[in-house]
Amino acid sequence: MTHASKKHWIFFGLALVWFYVLLWPLLGIKADGTLDFTAAFPVWIRVAVVGTICMVLFTLKTMGAFRFLHGPIESVRENLNATYSRTPKWMIFLPLLALAIAYPFYTGRYAQDVMVNVLIYVCLGLGLNIVVGLAGLLDLGYIAFYGVGAYTYALMSIHYGLSFWLCLPLAAIFAAMAGCIIGYPTLRMRGDYLAIVTLGFGEIIRIILNNWMSLTNGPNGILGIKAPGIYLPEIVDGSFTFEHLYMKKLGMVYYIVLGLAVFTIIAVHRLNFSRVGRAWEAIREDETAAELMGVDTFRFKLLAYAMGAVFGGLAGAFFAARMRFVSPESFTFLESALVLAMVVLGGMGSIPGIILGALALIALPELFRDFELYRMLAFGGAMTLMMLIRPAGLIPAKRMGKRSEEEE
Amino acid sequence: MDYFLQQFVNGLTLGGVYALVALGYTMVYGIIQLINFAHGEIFAAGGYMGVILLSYLASHGLMETHPWLGLGIALVLSMGYCAILAIAVERIAYRPLRGSSRLAVLLSALGMSIFLQNGLMLTQGVYDKAYPTGFTQGGIDFGNVHISLMQILILTLTTSLLIGLNLLVFKTRIGKAMRATAQDKVMSALVGINSNRVIATTFAIGAALAAAAGIMVGLYYGSVRYDMGFVPGIKAFAAAVLGGIGNMTGAMIGGLIIGMVEILAAAYIPYGGEYKDVFAFIILILVLYFMPTGIMGENVDDTRV
Repeated sequence: MTHASKKHWIFFGLALVWFYVLLWPLLGIKADGTLDFTAAFPVWIRVAVVGTICMVLFTLKTMGAFRFLHGPIESVRENLNATYSRTPKWMIFLPLLALAIAYPFYTGRYAQDVMVNVLIYVCLGLGLNIVVGLAGLLDLGYIAFYGVGAYTYALMSIHYGLSFWLCLPLAAIFAAMAGCIIGYPTLRMRGDYLAIVTLGFGEIIRIILNNWMSLTNGPNGILGIKAPGIYLPEIVDGSFTFEHLYMKKLGMVYYIVLGLAVFTIIAVHRLNFSRVGRAWEAIREDETAAELMGVDTFRFKLLAYAMGAVFGGLAGAFFAARMRFVSPESFTFLESALVLAMVVLGGMGSIPGIILGALALIALPELFRDFELYRMLAFGGAMTLMMLIRPAGLIPAKRMGKRSEEEE
Repeated sequence: MDYFLQQFVNGLTLGGVYALVALGYTMVYGIIQLINFAHGEIFAAGGYMGVILLSYLASHGLMETHPWLGLGIALVLSMGYCAILAIAVERIAYRPLRGSSRLAVLLSALGMSIFLQNGLMLTQGVYDKAYPTGFTQGGIDFGNVHISLMQILILTLTTSLLIGLNLLVFKTRIGKAMRATAQDKVMSALVGINSNRVIATTFAIGAALAAAAGIMVGLYYGSVRYDMGFVPGIKAFAAAVLGGIGNMTGAMIGGLIIGMVEILAAAYIPYGGEYKDVFAFIILILVLYFMPTGIMGENVDDTRV
């Protein structure tokens, strides 16, 4: 055993002791006047076992025990990369799209439900990606736009009976307006201040939704929102008419959100490779330099907020139509953090990365339903861990050009 | 007038608590320019440790015979516990990321905040936990203005902690090292200051103050909840920004202003009570828009803000 690995093990042991010291008072001091040193042990032992396994693997890795695996894995990855870059893009997307379209035919209700959720979050993640990943503005109140979209459709549907399809653009417009209202005073700030102010705005919108009883019915939420409807052609007694049909079946709802997600993916992709996207990237990399080169940074940042909000609004309107119920509960800060985590986990600025991030954060916890309680705990831990070991995300975006400090 | 004075005292009490939490934010931000999101959760953990220890002591009858001694023990132990917790958080989630992008550290802090909040929920349950009451009954009346013993306690404790902190920062060696590190990390490292240790100390001190604030909030409102840290944390951050982030006097003034505005708005503005949480955010936005460096802040260049 080398000196370095011995040091690691000593440190690991100290960390375990430390963890017990932190854990014990929360579990072991009882209000009835007893001190219990054993209550914290089951939790501690689990953490210790998992930690030790990780440490053993780590030590073996540094000693080179996995070197025999390294070569084959590397060559497989190279081959995969080569095949990927040689295949035309449509040959990858077409089967995927076909699979997505056929999805409701070979799955049950539960799986469809999960997938609808995943697709909503894909829209949200890609929308936030415009703000965070492309323009580099940290937004911690993104879910507010989702809320604006959802309440727009909910109120329009309840009070004016407007149809879903009419409300979809309306929700986008209202969300974009909210984006501008939030963006206008805040975009002069940079970095951390922007993060905290957007968080504040998100909370303000949630508090308003919660307290404006006459408009939003407060914490009780709004019930009885209509599902999206379509007109189906029908021939009755020889005359040709259209029959109005509400799409209440989950399978049909799925297609709407699939359409929304595909629209979002194409739109974000097009934005990314447009002049506007370039301007955003310039702002992200160096705002001052971008401004000096003639990029109207204020306008483009505002545009980024508005565009991001549009997709949030669309997703929100769909959410209201699908649940047929909205309440402020759905638009808390935790949701903002969840969407942000998807963007960061998947890889900022990379579309496949964010789709993967949404899948990982929405679908994976469904597999571990038994551990429901630990879900947010693991989520928080994973977020920190991800930053420590892979800050660029699972599938990092390919950077356009090269930066001076990257050239060796 | 009496009504105003009464609200003024209430505002002062609340503001003192916000000031204590804000100091932790402002000190950490002053040294490593990080919004320590987990600070609000450490405040909540302090409140929980307070309730655990006080119930334990109460079950041994100490709270009936020597209530102030019991409170003192709970306060000191809880402050110590939170200091260790904060050092652990710093060691795990922030130190390895020193020197990487700001976004990475911020997200790591966010993750830590969610982790701690849910850890608290899993170990202590989702429901409110009630503080043992009865030993802080009574108070003083000036005409129609009632100052409860609880408020006196909070005000005295806050003031003495603030004085203690000032002495620590301006009169001791470690305080000098903290100020030096805040001013220039590289230079202070060159003259032999161990910046990692200084940063860990800063986290510990801030956490101890937050723990004291957590206990006082628990005593004042009578109960604690696992998610009680989030909103006060954000308000305290607003207070730190309002006062000029990185500036300790500013954080105290900012805390008092936020607490005062919240209470007075609830008392005088129609529907103010329902929207009381909004005012802190509105102040924050207005301050950042018109006075980006806060009340006491110096001009800092773009790279810092």
